[in-house]
Amino acid sequence: MKPYLSIRNLCVTLKHGAPILRSVSLDVSAGQVHGLVGESGAGKSMIGKAVLGTLPRALHIRSGEIWLDGVDLLTLPLQERRKRIGATAALIPQDPLTALNPSRRIGPQITKRLVDILGWHKNAAEDRALDLLAEVHIPDPARVMRSYPHELSGGMRQRILIASAFAAEPKLIIADEPTTALDVTVQKQILRLIADMQARHGTALLFVTHDLGVVSKVCDTLSVLYAGKVVEDARMQRFFMRPVHPYSAALLAATPTYTNPTGSLKPVPATVIEDVETEVQQHDMRAGL
Amino acid sequence: MTLLRLILLRILTTAITLFGVAVIVFVVIRVVPGNPIAMMLPPGATDADIARLQAQYGFDKSIFEQFIIWLGGVMQGDFGTSISLRQPVSMLVLGRLPATLELSIFALVIAVIIGGMMALTGTRYRDTKTEGAIDVTAGMALSVPDFLWGLVLILLFGVLWPVFHISGRISPSLNIDFTTNFYVFESLLRLRFDVWLDLLSHMFMPALALAIPLAAIIAQLLKQSLKETMHLDYVTLARTKGYGEHHVITREALPNAILPTLTLVGVQFTFLIGGTVIIERLFSYEGLGNMAIDAVINRDLPLIQGIVILFALLFTLVNLAVDMLYVVLNPRLRHA
Repeated sequence: MKPYLSIRNLCVTLKHGAPILRSVSLDVSAGQVHGLVGESGAGKSMIGKAVLGTLPRALHIRSGEIWLDGVDLLTLPLQERRKRIGATAALIPQDPLTALNPSRRIGPQITKRLVDILGWHKNAAEDRALDLLAEVHIPDPARVMRSYPHELSGGMRQRILIASAFAAEPKLIIADEPTTALDVTVQKQILRLIADMQARHGTALLFVTHDLGVVSKVCDTLSVLYAGKVVEDARMQRFFMRPVHPYSAALLAATPTYTNPTGSLKPVPATVIEDVETEVQQHDMRAGL
Repeated sequence: MTLLRLILLRILTTAITLFGVAVIVFVVIRVVPGNPIAMMLPPGATDADIARLQAQYGFDKSIFEQFIIWLGGVMQGDFGTSISLRQPVSMLVLGRLPATLELSIFALVIAVIIGGMMALTGTRYRDTKTEGAIDVTAGMALSVPDFLWGLVLILLFGVLWPVFHISGRISPSLNIDFTTNFYVFESLLRLRFDVWLDLLSHMFMPALALAIPLAAIIAQLLKQSLKETMHLDYVTLARTKGYGEHHVITREALPNAILPTLTLVGVQFTFLIGGTVIIERLFSYEGLGNMAIDAVINRDLPLIQGIVILFALLFTLVNLAVDMLYVVLNPRLRHA
């Protein structure tokens, strides 16, 4: 199947040249969940931001291609790129407490862009929003549509954001650490909800997380990122059975287990880190950075 | 707390504020040197004449007694009689109030428009030379007080390139027989656009002088809050929905970023009303401030009291209006 999102040799640097993403390539096909894991600062969120065009101003894309639904986004002018992204992709953000506009009611936050950007009829957009809210198990959707964000709990708000992400039937959804800001009991529900919604709508999902446990529950394939470089690309099962890259193996070994809860955590060994860093340096030298 | 209790509490605090202002003004203007009665009489008046007139106006009594008598009058709506103009203070003051209110509101509108545009432009082109230019302009506008701006404007647009009126409130040649002194509003209602334009042309220079420093404050603060808001997740989310930068700034960020600016504008607006005193003098604008300066020069005690009380009342009303606007704009306060 032709990949829905295809990133080719994406290089992102700071304005003055320090590399953030080093020639990243990855593919996500329709109906597939692709995990993006790595430690803090590895650049995993930056991949999502580069696709959605929300990179911080200090960063810029040096080279590479981002193919979304058969179009290389980076060749489009800014305004058109945003419209295209708005019509075909969506984001499930990390922190539901800050991702809804506090001075607007929930309803318009879901429906307004359907009307403004995609030209839907107002009533159709409202019906759609009601259906979606019901689909994410929000009790009394009509009342919630009239509520302000501060009147709702964090879990409710994340459900609303998920519903909103699916509103325009996007082909690609990027979930950027969607459960990190929630407490553990809610995390599990939200995770299942995202997986269910993805399966039902057949969306391609890029799932950014630092949590291998989460990845094992929802993803089909994954990329392991270290210092802005993809060190391993694998199918889920194979990855957990036989990780190829030593960094992946060390990362897996560092996961706390239920079978040995009292045992101390194994950090990623320093030699492994050194090895990957040498690898990254060699890569940079080849790329002439 | 019920709405009724809130309103009652508000009225009570307003009354206490006004009472405090009245006490301070009453005492201060009687302690400073200068005898209003002596200034009324022609040179060569005898001490006996002065004493007789002082008794007539009640100035021979103690300050405390005078205050009680004055307060008793105020309770019945009688603010006394102006010594220099020999007319009831309430009539004089209320006659001039509309002119000052119209000038202040016009200045506020100008300040909000200029300051708002600067803030929005600075946010749209943040981290570029455009933003730097806006910062420098705002800094300059802010570091010069309003009356100096008044002089600059008189020089530029009154003398060097005379396009605006720099004196008075309205051209004397215009025939107006309006029932209120709110000329700007009434001329609109009566569809007298010639009068309306003449009024605005007279008001523009003094209003601009008052507005420039306030516009600079609005520009700086609003731009700062907007830039902070632009980093928030819901703004990013709006971008991924396909909205352009202009929409993102004005629709998503602005309603949330405007709250701190609103409070500040409320406070600054009261300063602006205070600024009218000198600006009205500078532009010979027949408002309350101009009258206040005459009253002080003539030691017209009842008139000074009346004007100051009215200014104090204006200040509290502006603060009340800001509080109410705040609740309207911020849904989180509505249930509190």
